[in-house]
Amino acid sequence: MDIQSLAKDIPAQGEQSLEGIEFINNAEQYLTFVLGNEQFAIDILCVEEIRNWERPTQIPNSPNYVKGVINMRGIIVPIIDLRMKFGIGQCTYTVTTVVVVLTIEVEHKSKVIGFVVDAVSDVLNAEADDIKKAPAFGGSIPPEFITGLVNQDNNVVTLLTPEALYKIEKHQIDGCNQ
Amino acid sequence: MSIDLAQFLPTFLEESYEGLEIMETGLLNLQSSEDDSIHSIFRAAHSIKGGAGTFGFNQVTEFTHLVETLLDEMRDGRREILKSDIEILLQSVDCIRLLIDADHNKIVCEDESISKVESLLNESLNSSSTDTQPQNENKSEKTQTATDAQSWLINFTPQPHLVQTGNDPLFLFNALADLADLEIVCNTSELPAFSDIEPKELYLSWQIKLTSSDATEDDIKEVFEWVEDECTLEITLLTNEAISDVQEDEAVNNDTQEQSIQVQSTQPESEQSSKQELAEPLSPTAITTDTNVLTTKPQSAIMGKDKAPAAKAKPDVGSIRVGVDKVDMLINLVGELVITQSMLSELGNDFDLSKVEKLTSGLDQLLQNTKELQESVMRIRMLPISFAFNRFPRLIHDLSIKTGKQIELVIKGEQTELDKTVMEQIGDPLVHLVRNAADHGIESTEVRLANGKSEKGTISLNAYHVGGSIVIEVNDDGGGINREAVLNKAIEKGIVEPNSSLTDAQVFDLLFEPGFSTASEVTDISGRGVGMDVVKKNIQSLGGRIQVESEPGKGSCFKVNLPLTLAILDGQLVRVGTEVYIIPLITIVESLQAKAELINRVSGNMVLYRLREDNVPVLPIYQLFNLEAQCTEIENALLVVVEFDGQKVGLMVDDLLAQQQVVIKSLQDNYQQVDGISGATILGDGSVAMILDIPGMITMALKQSKIAQKTAVNHNVEVV
Repeated sequence: MDIQSLAKDIPAQGEQSLEGIEFINNAEQYLTFVLGNEQFAIDILCVEEIRNWERPTQIPNSPNYVKGVINMRGIIVPIIDLRMKFGIGQCTYTVTTVVVVLTIEVEHKSKVIGFVVDAVSDVLNAEADDIKKAPAFGGSIPPEFITGLVNQDNNVVTLLTPEALYKIEKHQIDGCNQ
Repeated sequence: MSIDLAQFLPTFLEESYEGLEIMETGLLNLQSSEDDSIHSIFRAAHSIKGGAGTFGFNQVTEFTHLVETLLDEMRDGRREILKSDIEILLQSVDCIRLLIDADHNKIVCEDESISKVESLLNESLNSSSTDTQPQNENKSEKTQTATDAQSWLINFTPQPHLVQTGNDPLFLFNALADLADLEIVCNTSELPAFSDIEPKELYLSWQIKLTSSDATEDDIKEVFEWVEDECTLEITLLTNEAISDVQEDEAVNNDTQEQSIQVQSTQPESEQSSKQELAEPLSPTAITTDTNVLTTKPQSAIMGKDKAPAAKAKPDVGSIRVGVDKVDMLINLVGELVITQSMLSELGNDFDLSKVEKLTSGLDQLLQNTKELQESVMRIRMLPISFAFNRFPRLIHDLSIKTGKQIELVIKGEQTELDKTVMEQIGDPLVHLVRNAADHGIESTEVRLANGKSEKGTISLNAYHVGGSIVIEVNDDGGGINREAVLNKAIEKGIVEPNSSLTDAQVFDLLFEPGFSTASEVTDISGRGVGMDVVKKNIQSLGGRIQVESEPGKGSCFKVNLPLTLAILDGQLVRVGTEVYIIPLITIVESLQAKAELINRVSGNMVLYRLREDNVPVLPIYQLFNLEAQCTEIENALLVVVEFDGQKVGLMVDDLLAQQQVVIKSLQDNYQQVDGISGATILGDGSVAMILDIPGMITMALKQSKIAQKTAVNHNVEVV
């Protein structure tokens, strides 16, 4: 009864309709960024924030692409250099080097991880139809981490799967420790 | 409007587990003394059943219904509270717990214990309650006999705030009208002058006359069930029978009402007479239920009593209940902090050197505020240790049945506060210690009597604060630890050299060696599963330690010493290369500058430092962590000598920095466990520093040296 009477007082979830924001089209939005000469993109809803590069605190005996951890408003966030991980471009740290901090949902827990990229460039709107399958033979990035490819003008943008980014990180670190 | 019930599911589960704890505690109390706890047990069972029905937990509903029926009979005094029934009920509590889990996971629970207990319950229910007390029988019988067109007089005086709780008397009257014909008289005497009326308050009271042939008092009470705490309710039966001579004997006990309540508990012969006098004129006779009191204030008092153990009795909470006083204190402190902050920012607006003194005092104040705030916030995480202790009465109860020993449990210092995380992890080791005490410690009744002890063994749990740590003692007054047996076993296992002389403490420490058990027979209770070595490991992983004291024939005492919190640590900041590390202050023995003449290289490039009598192996942090260090030569290097589990190690660092309290942050939240690092913290400048895990580093160093040994041996083989 307590619970029932409570329930009466609370409007059912989802009752407030999303009227008024229909002008946003159905396309998913992606944040594009640059690694070397290549364009990559990641689901914008995962992006927690974009930070300037700052020197992180090293983690002892970690693989070389794990640059260390930083303090993001009291949260300890590991920093991973995507260029080093994917073997793309030069691993230099300049004023334009940025860290894209992502929140990745893994098994009902959200992990916050920062990825070093050369620069962030744009927000890309892509509908499901726009996303093409990546060819099976390819570069240094294993295919399971690629959601698909999107054509943007004359460029091709690689969409990355955030959940997989967490997994490769975990997988490869484990591998290194052994 | 569709309601998503799922959002209330966690609350229901939480409340149900609480309810089960209440039932368990209540049932155990019921054995020792018959008190009001039967009501709280019934209430708990009732609300579990109700909630389960709402959420479609059908298995729970069905099972709990049986339990409730049994409890109801006990509550009404229709059934004597027998020890065997309590045993069944205790088992049912376990079953309900299983069923809730099963229903939650949407599976059908096929545990055979449930059908067993169910049949036991049915059996118990069906066994006619011949042994009920005659006077109670009399009462219930009377309620049933006086059926023909009963009239009930209900005095319903709501408290002024009744309507604010969302209740409407009209609904109640409508519900009553469904039961029977009503004559309602509204009493407006309390109504104030129009200008004084508070529109949200209710000033009316009602007198209701209800005439029905089949409405029972329970039906009427049910209508008022949800407002019983917000009103004064008197239900009086207007029968056409009169009590010839009310024998006002024992049952007038806790009546708080005036004479309108007369007690029904007549002796059997008066029952006879009253039956014969059915034709007598109407006279008001109070039917009393429950504790003979119909004003609801005492009931809410009982409720209040229920709530206290409910808050106490919950292990593994995902949420914390915090006392209002603690929250108020926090608000006060934050208020002060805000004042200090505004003072400082005002000072900063136009600052010149003349105001330096003001600034320093302001900063001092800020420091003070922050410290107090920190302490208060930490206190929120602190829970009384009764959360961990609460499971033991049941455990002892079960153990004493299993072992056939009579064991009494004494709990002291249950209000001692402890960090929630520590509490969650100390539960299992404590259970192990208590099981051990019950199984190995306490002797059987015969042996106890033969040794001139009381036949009842005592296990006492005691918790108290010492400095910055908490001590939990598990005492038993059993036979004590047999020093010789332990020593012999150790020699047999090759842990100890045959002729070595050991102190008592050293001998008792052997109990924590892996695979060590002196119990000649492995019993169902202990001697299997986690051993004492696991207990010790768990305690050490919490940063605590365990000591044993024992006196032959008098008993043993296991003393567990734990840090109060895992969230904050006193640390020594050290620098290695460009990195800052934190060494837990508690592990540090001393810090010194290495003198060249005290350095020895032995057995293949192992560096030892002579610290008085000890040879301490030197562990260069830069090597262990693959860092660029400024100082790579051991000569004149700074050594921080740390100790863990009797093993001293000299950590080589570049520089000693400040000592400070640091807040421990987990690396695992977003990354993973790192060898040699127990966590990270944020320093004053906002940068992150790693906290060294001394035992982990020692293990790492051992591993590295093993690899080195292996390669060395392999190398030798190749050379050969």
